[in-house]
Amino acid sequence: MLATRSDFITLATAAGLTLGLPLGTAAEADAAEATPAPVSPAIWVQIAGESVTVVVNKAEMGQGVSTSLPMMVAEELDVPLAMVKTQFAPADPRYIDPAWGDIITGGSTSVPDMYPLLRRAGATMRAMLVAAAAQQWNVPAATLTTKAGVVLGPDGKTATYGSLAQAAAALPVPADVPLKPASEFTLIGTRAPRIDLPSKLDGTARFGLDVTLPGMLYASMERSPAIGGTPAHVDGSAARKIAGVKAVVTTSRGVAVVATSYWAALKGRKALHVTWNPGKTAHVSSASIQAQHDAALARPGFVQGTPVGDVAAAMTGAHKTLSATYHAPYLAHATMEPMNATASYTGAALEIWAPNQVPIQAQKAAAAIVGLPVAAVTVHSTFLGGGFGRRLEHDYVSDAVEVTKQLRRPVKLIWTREDDVQHDLYRSGSTNKLAGAIDAHGNIIALSHHVAATSVTARWAPQFIVKHQDSYAMEGASSTPYTFANFHTEWSPVETGIPVGYWRAPGANANTFATESFIDELAHAGGTDPVAARRRLLASNPRALAVLEAAVAAAHYGKPLPTGHAHGVAMVVWAGSIGAVIAEVSLPAKGVIKVHTLTVAADVGQPINRDGLEAQLQSGALFGLSSALYGKITFAGGAVQQGNFDTYRVLRMNEAPAIRTVVIPSTASPTGAGELATPPTPAAVNNALFALTGKRYRSMPLTDAIV
Amino acid sequence: MIALFINGTKHELDVPADMPLLWAVRDIVGLTGTKFGCGQALCGACTMHMNGIAVRSCSVAVGDVAGQHITTVEGLAHEGLPHAIQTAWQAENVPQCGYCQPGQMMSAAALLAKTPKPTDAQIDDAMSGNICRCGMYPRIKAAIKRAAGVA
Repeated sequence: MLATRSDFITLATAAGLTLGLPLGTAAEADAAEATPAPVSPAIWVQIAGESVTVVVNKAEMGQGVSTSLPMMVAEELDVPLAMVKTQFAPADPRYIDPAWGDIITGGSTSVPDMYPLLRRAGATMRAMLVAAAAQQWNVPAATLTTKAGVVLGPDGKTATYGSLAQAAAALPVPADVPLKPASEFTLIGTRAPRIDLPSKLDGTARFGLDVTLPGMLYASMERSPAIGGTPAHVDGSAARKIAGVKAVVTTSRGVAVVATSYWAALKGRKALHVTWNPGKTAHVSSASIQAQHDAALARPGFVQGTPVGDVAAAMTGAHKTLSATYHAPYLAHATMEPMNATASYTGAALEIWAPNQVPIQAQKAAAAIVGLPVAAVTVHSTFLGGGFGRRLEHDYVSDAVEVTKQLRRPVKLIWTREDDVQHDLYRSGSTNKLAGAIDAHGNIIALSHHVAATSVTARWAPQFIVKHQDSYAMEGASSTPYTFANFHTEWSPVETGIPVGYWRAPGANANTFATESFIDELAHAGGTDPVAARRRLLASNPRALAVLEAAVAAAHYGKPLPTGHAHGVAMVVWAGSIGAVIAEVSLPAKGVIKVHTLTVAADVGQPINRDGLEAQLQSGALFGLSSALYGKITFAGGAVQQGNFDTYRVLRMNEAPAIRTVVIPSTASPTGAGELATPPTPAAVNNALFALTGKRYRSMPLTDAIV
Repeated sequence: MIALFINGTKHELDVPADMPLLWAVRDIVGLTGTKFGCGQALCGACTMHMNGIAVRSCSVAVGDVAGQHITTVEGLAHEGLPHAIQTAWQAENVPQCGYCQPGQMMSAAALLAKTPKPTDAQIDDAMSGNICRCGMYPRIKAAIKRAAGVA
């Protein structure tokens, strides 16, 4: 595991000759930022003997970046993946994703953002190794080839990369090294076993929860039941009497009990007596939020982008018009690994181990808490037991930092599942008002969509919102694969005080339920099959049409189904990719929705790890299905009414459908895949329910809606 | 002192009898392969074997398992050879984030020990207590069938 930049360099020096290529300097990294070439390959890849180590600057939360990113390097470097080891990058500006200007894992951007840079890093290092061999053999570099980590010369000469690494390191870094054409790929696009797989089979993969330090204490924090409440009066005397309890620490957000084991911390926590200042949202309920949404939708919102045509005029002259209002509830992320972080503060330095998607932001926040310069704060990345956007926040890191600051001892602070569900930054509830028009031939000629929800971006990255254009909030509403003659979208941000965060496919996860269900309504109102109606809307988008047709073919849409089964279809454009989902659904018993099969078709450009891509499509679809069937967070008195998996229900194996995936062959630049299948899945299920029952459901979770 | 056998080794633990087996194994013994997910036996992330039977270690007091034989994911392989479940998990490339997988594998291994050729319904029954938020259920099911040699 990498530690800090200075540790990294120490490691390089200690490994000396065997390590080969020296690390690029910070100045080189700065230069690389300013101009695209040359890439300093040693920042990203190190060669030592028979092993190639690739630095992964993205959080591995299941999506497979610690395999797909090294594949990009290995392809161009010409080494088999079996030779490749990985290290997670520290919170160090040299490892920023150039597109974000930060180390951030989110928005399905890891593969598209890193694809050019990491391929160039691999190709550049290969060129330097070849140049070193050419010098040693006194032959032109152009006469040399490479294969599987070996430079091949004339007369059967060979040299392993490891034997050339030191000489290569002394050479200048070349600019403009050509990349392989896709036709020469031998690794990219294949089915590769995950590099992290062995460690995830024998229990050795180290997640945040597994960090153990000498002298470490364990902490559990009591929080205000009402969100945003702060400690008013704390009586920790009974807690301190519990065997193993070492301290009761009041922080900005709660009261932590710190003990020699997590069990003792939990027992101590139960013995706390705390009264709370209620905070600003103690009056908030699900009903009060809905009233805010309804009021917002009764007024004009902020028009998004440039409207197409004139929806109002089209509605006036239309053969038929429809309007409908859809609802999506608040949702928790409920990663399998509850929030946790380990922090150790000495007074002069702070060291943090955390499963996190924003290590530099966590580092800056931690530095501010302890009053140290950022350079004195080291953040180590662990594996993440799921992310889904929850770990784009660092509140749980700050909790641990506040505790270690007071105790000056290493502390691992672990949230309970109830803490995790009740103190999340939630997927905002959403109310979506739509109207549309059909001509006499059943063509959908106009669509308007007005969204009321709480903006995440207004808090998380306000610089991204210019003139009230909130593209993340409006994903799946303003973004569409279809061409409408008349199209208009409006956004009404609603401030409730309930914290909201990005949740797998933000915006799109709620909006696509409304959009794609309503497209279905319009299709049926016009007497057109839902797939046929979509084909008409995709006439000028052949890429998206091909995705739809691929899903239709794979699902055998339109062919007879078992009695009591029906198909529903939905699409999305997300992170530059196109997805279509077809659900086969039945209602086997009262109140039970059975999804038999989900067919997911996707065009994500060039696949990297084909198997990993399919896994992400499967994962995204079932994440969406879980929310569609069961997901619901409600509020009363400013507090969340759900707690553990008994009240915050998620999909289980007996409820999981079979999944077919269809990947459109492509050598176009890769686009995002990790979230793509989440948004269309709820609407596909909902549209199948309409086909089954003739009843249109307009709120999630659907298991509640059908009752 | 509470004595028990973990992966074949005797441990004597100086812990309160009400400490859940999960935390005794993780915090005191130092085997962190088994995960915490819910603390209420609702998610299966903490699944271990007690005398070969799958138990939710977050909800079993260590004092109640004195003298028993506990197996964790670290003890699933035998004499350096992976368990058939681990081999099948590898072949199906099952894990994504991987956090729930120790529990999934322990539940699956206990299922196959008792029911070597499980039906789909038996797999669902045995595995529906184990949540995977990455949604790898189809791969988990395929891996169990592969390990069992059933279609």
